[in-house]
Amino acid sequence: MSELLDFVIVSMVLVAIGIYGLVVKRNAIRMLFSIEIIVNAANLLLVAFSRGLPNAQGQVVALFSIAIAAAEVAVGLGLIIVAYRLYKEIDVAELRSMRG
Amino acid sequence: MADPVFIAVAVLTVGTAIISLEARELIYGAISLAIAMLGIAGFFLLLDAPFVAMFQIAVYVGAVAVLIIFTVMLVRTQALFTTKEDKKRKGAGIALMLIIMSSLGALLLTSGLSGQFGDFNSSPAVNFTEIGELMLTYYAPALIILGLTLAGSVIAALALARRENIAEEEQEEDEEQRHHERTT
Repeated sequence: MSELLDFVIVSMVLVAIGIYGLVVKRNAIRMLFSIEIIVNAANLLLVAFSRGLPNAQGQVVALFSIAIAAAEVAVGLGLIIVAYRLYKEIDVAELRSMRG
Repeated sequence: MADPVFIAVAVLTVGTAIISLEARELIYGAISLAIAMLGIAGFFLLLDAPFVAMFQIAVYVGAVAVLIIFTVMLVRTQALFTTKEDKKRKGAGIALMLIIMSSLGALLLTSGLSGQFGDFNSSPAVNFTEIGELMLTYYAPALIILGLTLAGSVIAALALARRENIAEEEQEEDEEQRHHERTT
């Protein structure tokens, strides 16, 4: 007995939580968590509209999006490991060698 | 109104998403992020998209969560405990979150989206043979580029995390240790 609006509201709440994490947290791994939450909210919206229309293309794009997010996590964690090795720190406010 | 299964999955997903950001220890945050991803997979099952749900579980819970947990274990734990966020910043973040939630929520509730596509259980679901067909015909170039992107990103991650002069570093560490022993 669920309809489209319920899923859209859950997705919106997840996006808001993700933006909160990106704004407040300074730990690089936690910022990665926030990005993951936002990406998942977007996927949820894609699949929900795909179910509502109904149209299979939404699910195809969601599959592509999941795969791209996995690649993004791999590169992001590589960057975090390099930053940790160079600075012994993963606080993004402390990584200031590229600050102008 | 929504059914109880939907409400349970929604509470699980949103709750673990909040815990993953607010847990004191990062390893618990990583585990609860994995549970939030499982909740999203549950939503996909509720939306009659079992193929996407299985893909989500395989990629997010199977690969991404494990990768994050390994990284958390690699990074020295002491660096993770030092939380240097001030109260003012946190309050502002929560206010921003509430503003986004209330404005977007008001927008959605007045947008006429409610009841737009009717009840999901009454309309036919997407057949997932259609997904495979679309992937191999219309989206075939995108699929190839996706494969190349994944290969490129894996190679990039390996190149980033590689230690070039590992022998020299060990030598330096040994010398430091010897120096330390001499002085004490």
